[in-house]
This record gives sequence, structure tokens and C-alpha cells, in this order.
Amino acid sequence: MFEYIGDRLTNAIKNIRGMGRITEENIGDALREIRMALLEADVNYVVVKEFINAIKEKAIGAEVDKSLKPDELFIKLVKDELVSLLGGDYVPLETSKNPTILMLVGLQGSGKTTTAGKLANFLRKKHAKNPLLVACDIYRPAAIEQLETIGKSLGIEVFTEGKENPVKIVTDALEYAKENKKDYILIDTAGRLQIDTELMQELKDITNAVHPDETILVIDAMMGQDAINVIQGFHDALSLTGTILTKLDGNTKGGVALSVRHLTHIPIKFVGDSEKLDGLSEFYPERMANRILDMGDILSIADKVESVISESEALDTARKMKKGTFDLEDFLTTLKQIKKLGPLENILKMLPQARKMGINNINIDPKDMAHIEAIILSMTPYERHNPDCLKATRKQRIAKGSGRSVEEVNRLLKQFEEMKKMMKMVSSGNMKMPF
Amino acid sequence: MGLFDKLKNIVSKKKEENKETTELYDKGLEKTRKEFVSKLSLLGIKYNKVSDAYFEELEDVLLSADIGVNTVFKFMDRLKERVKKEKIEDTKYLMEVIVDELFIIYVNNENLSTKINIQENGPTVILMVGVNGVGKTTTIAKLAYKYKSMGKKVMMIAGDTFRAGAFEQLKIWAERTGSLFYGKENIDPAGVVYDGLEMAKKENADIVFIDTAGRLQNKVNLMKELEKINKVIEKIIEGAPHETLLVIDASTGQNGILQAKSFKEITNITGIVLTKLDGTAKGGIVLAIKEEVDLPVKFVGLGEKMEDLQTFDIEEYIYGLFKDMV
Repeated sequence: MFEYIGDRLTNAIKNIRGMGRITEENIGDALREIRMALLEADVNYVVVKEFINAIKEKAIGAEVDKSLKPDELFIKLVKDELVSLLGGDYVPLETSKNPTILMLVGLQGSGKTTTAGKLANFLRKKHAKNPLLVACDIYRPAAIEQLETIGKSLGIEVFTEGKENPVKIVTDALEYAKENKKDYILIDTAGRLQIDTELMQELKDITNAVHPDETILVIDAMMGQDAINVIQGFHDALSLTGTILTKLDGNTKGGVALSVRHLTHIPIKFVGDSEKLDGLSEFYPERMANRILDMGDILSIADKVESVISESEALDTARKMKKGTFDLEDFLTTLKQIKKLGPLENILKMLPQARKMGINNINIDPKDMAHIEAIILSMTPYERHNPDCLKATRKQRIAKGSGRSVEEVNRLLKQFEEMKKMMKMVSSGNMKMPF
Repeated sequence: MGLFDKLKNIVSKKKEENKETTELYDKGLEKTRKEFVSKLSLLGIKYNKVSDAYFEELEDVLLSADIGVNTVFKFMDRLKERVKKEKIEDTKYLMEVIVDELFIIYVNNENLSTKINIQENGPTVILMVGVNGVGKTTTIAKLAYKYKSMGKKVMMIAGDTFRAGAFEQLKIWAERTGSLFYGKENIDPAGVVYDGLEMAKKENADIVFIDTAGRLQNKVNLMKELEKINKVIEKIIEGAPHETLLVIDASTGQNGILQAKSFKEITNITGIVLTKLDGTAKGGIVLAIKEEVDLPVKFVGLGEKMEDLQTFDIEEYIYGLFKDMV
């Protein structure tokens, strides 16, 4: 996510590293690179222009502090500007009403139905809510079935009432929610164009009938320059309270995020970052700016880890790492925990200086992980605790048992040894984190 | 005769033959035209003479139409060169040169065919691929409708066994268009494709559409699955798939180019279907994809109705965009 912007900015800034001070000439190249990078990232061209001008003005006029070198000062300026562009402070979701009503709107194919499921899951997990999903897309074939399937897999109730009248569906759903102690109502609406007056009227009618506390625009992060018309169109008609950016797990540069807040001041509340139903993360401008500037996003990793791994599990692992008693059995457990985090490449990208280490664009085949698991599972408990005992015959047996080759078994053992060495170094304080 | 007049002639001749098509393009491109062309026209009013400031604003207009950063920069270089060589000063005349150059971007390299490789004997297999939410399933419905009304026996195979409701959605479309249907839920898509194609052979279907799950182009495992589906198709019907169409949402920005590039790398994409062109004011992606990936656009979606999916016609497209200036 955003890695491309990061790349270009990193390069641009590198060029002024050795300079004595910031002048119009020596940041010219950097500014041009930044402009290109932002445009390639689909940031709205008006936003790009303002961004560049703001940086230029601030950079040239800036006092070069004794404590900061020009390139550091420049990075700070760019980062501050990015943060303010991305919108200052994070605005959390309204959760206080009983019931709270949230309506999802957007273009066709932006991911409303999937996001509805993810949000319901999030609200139940993080805010202990008892949500009700309401199927209001009466147009797209099988849209209602899609929401029902998602609801079923999450164990969250879905309110349906045929394909007649969305306003009636919603008012009846509200009634139903009150009777059945549902405290959060999520309305999935049909996809529509912001210029389709008839369908936009339908959304206004729903709004007038139940007065949603949150009206959220779901927008595809891959969207180009037209995004701003879409956002403005929906906002003018419905007074949006926020947006959710979807499909950020693709290799989109997601410049839409920069445009959204700057041009409309509507907060981005969440980003969709995997196809799984827990693939929804809260949006933090500060963290996103760090990510763009390749300063890593440790906080987001920590949040993610916290949400899927229990504290005692983590402590247990950490203790073993420290004592050096970390064996293949623990490795297997860790592997399973990592798998819960979703695609590993998404996590790697968030590490500080991921680009420098060349791990920002790694594609990891989930099958490789499965193979490693298969190999370890083919070992006896004794072997897992004492990997040193693994010699040729045992290795051959394990290879056969797991359906992999002996080379792969060897590779795994080697990687495990290296990992152990690294852990020892980290825990003994002999290795500095690469900040 | 200037380019505008030539285009006008071509399109008005076509208009007599097929009035509806021209009107569809006209309507479908309304949003793009309004924004893009009115900006260009304003530029012509603001500046009489070609200048640096003029070029800078022109670049903004092109960038804002999603024509693509690289395509725009190369375009600007070519344009500046031509201006220098032909000593063009008048911005009104330059406008014609601009349209001319945009046209050239598309017709370059000759990879333009919008023809679908229809097999005389046995089923023609058309595989539909793309990222999530671009409109693959709906496009199949529209194409099925098109071939159905040409008297073909059409079949649909539900290869999207991942997204909840995808199976039902395609099935409903098969019923509505009177097409044959094969699908099973929650199993390996390659297996569904295998059984579906066996059925297509038995039923003597003329055209078989295979729907696939939306996949982001950077997901290795999903892209591998696509390879597997391809192998299965080839095994059952030699030489198939006869067409692999990449469906792209017209409102996609620069990522559309990446999508085309990565899908082209792993499967033999034969053409692009550009959906939702009527919904965006930025239909410039047509040019960007052509220039950067050299894949022809075969169909464009110009509205929500069944007949709104049209064979792509570059002349109608350019005319639809610039008709207010012609």
C-alpha cells in the first residue's frame, strides 16, 4: 500500500542529502520527482499542485536548524504536509447510539457488501456490538444472497425483505432491531452512479426515513482522477460522514486517499486490506504518512498482532526466544499465528525501510507456508524439539511424509537456524533495529 | 481536408448505417466530453498563442482525464516537437493537431482488431478475467445477450467459486438471457471449468463464457489458479480459450495499466473490455492502455442496459469526445 509513493519520495530526497542548504535549485529535481510520483499514484492533479507549492514555499523559507540536515528538514516538511493532507487526527466511528445506524453507499463494484460484513465483524469484535446487517440492494442479481452468505459465515444476522421497497426494508429493519436488541444497524445499499438522480433520490429517502448516524462512502482505492467527482457527488446529495477505501491490498498506489481528505475534508475511517472478513483496518493519517515516507508502520503491525494473537501466547514465544529454547514446535505455533495476520507480504511492507531491504515487493505464495507446515508436521515431537538429531535417513523420511524434497527440508532447517541466531542477537541487544 | 472533417465524414456515413451506435457513444461519453473538451476549449479561449503556460495547463487537462502520466509526458514531447517543426502559433489550429496526435496514440502499432475469434466448428471459449468489482459477470450477461440475439447457442460457466453470491448472480443472468449454465459452489474452479466444458461439448454450445473470480493482480496464488484453469481448458478443447478478455473499470486510474501488464504476463490476454465508461468523466484510460500495453479494447460499456455493451470503435470514440469542437 502506497509503497510506490514512498519509493519515489525516498529517491527524490536522497538527491539533496549532501547539500549545504535548501535552495530553489537544489530541490527542483526532488519536487519534480514528487509531482510525477503523486500523479502516477492517481492523486488528483489539483491536490498535487497545491502540495508541491506548499512544500516549495515552506522548504525555501525554512530556517535550517542546527540539529537537522537539509534533507532531514525536507523530509520533515514533506511528512508534515502529508499528514495534514491526509487529515490530521483520526475520527472514530460513531458507536454511542442505541441502535446506531450506518449506511454504506458507493459505485457499483466498490466493495460495499464485503465491507458491510467486515464492519459488522469489526464492531462485534472491537466494540462488543450486536450488529444487524440489512440487505437493501434490490437491483443486482444475487446481491442479497451474497450478504446472507457473508452473514452466515460470520454468524451475524441479516435482515432481508424481498426486492420491493428499500425505504420500507430499512424502517422494518429498524423496528426489528429494536425488538431484538440489535444495537448497530448496517445498511448495504445498491451500487449507483452519483449522477443517477433517480437512484440517488432513493438514498435520500432512506436517509429521511431513518436518519443514519453514519453515511459512509465505500470507494475503490484504484480509482483515477474521477474519484473526486464521485466523492463530491455523493457528499452533496447525502452529507457523508466518512469514507472507506477498499482493495488497498492490490498494488494500487492509492493516491485517492490523499485527494479525498484534502478536497472534501471527509475523514477516511477504514481501509480494506485483504479479501478475508477481518481485512479491515482503522485509518491513521500519521501512520500512513510514515508508510509513504518509508518510515515503517510498526504501530499498525502491533495493532494487527494484538487483534489476532493473545498476550500470553506472545509472551510465551518471546520468553523462549530469549532463552534460546525456541524449537521447531514453537516455530510451527508462530507460523500459525502469522497466518492469522493475513497475507504476510502486507505485514512485511509495513516494516521500517522495507524497500531498502528489498522486501516491500515480495510475493509470498501461501502454498510455501503450507509446505513448511507439512514438513514440520511430518517430524516426530522429539525431532521438533531437537532439530540437531535430523540426519540423512530422518530427513528422507520427513521428505517422503510431507511430499516435499530433501532439499526443501534442508532449506527449512537452515532458515530455522539462522532465525534462531538472529533472535539471540536481538535479545542480547547486539543488534540494532534498522531505523 | 482537416482531421475533424474527415472524422465527421466517417462518422456521419456510419450514422446512416447505424444510428443507434453513434447515439450510444454520444451519450456514454457525455460526462467525459463535458469535462475534458470544455477544459480544452477554455484553454483555447484563454490563450491565443502557444506558450509555456499554455502547455502547462494542457498537460493538466490531459492528466486529469486519466490518460496516464507516461502517455501524457510522451504526448507533450511529441506535440512540442511538432509545434516547433511546423511553427504552430495559433492555439485553435493546435487543437486539431492535439486530436490528431491522440488518435495516433490509439491507431499506432496496428493491434486494433475488435474481432472475436469465433470458431466455425465446436464451441468458442471466451475466458473473462479481471480484478474485483469491475463487472465481469454483468459483462458476460451482456455479451451472452448479444450473441443470443445473433442466433448463437450460448453457455455460461461459473468459475467464480470464491465470492459469495457469484454463482447465483451468473445463474440468474443465464436464466434471463436463455443461456445454458453450469456451476457448482465451494469447489476448485478448475474442476467446475472441466465439467462445464464437457457439458458444452455435449450440448453443442456455440459460445461458452467462463466467469472467474476477481483477483488482484499481485496475488500470486490466485494468478496461479488462473494458469491452472487455462491448462484445463486447453486439455478439453484444443486451441481454447479462443479469447481471454480482461475486464477493466473505466474509472480506474494508473492501476489499470498495471492490471493490463500483469494479466498479460501470465495469460494470453486477447483484448480488453472497458466497463462503466458512461459513469466516468475520465475515459482517457483507453489511450493509456493502448500506448503502454498495446492491447486493443474490444468492447466498451456505455450504459446499464443489455444493449449498451458495444464493440469498440475508435472513430466513434474520438468523435464522441470531440464532437462539440468539430
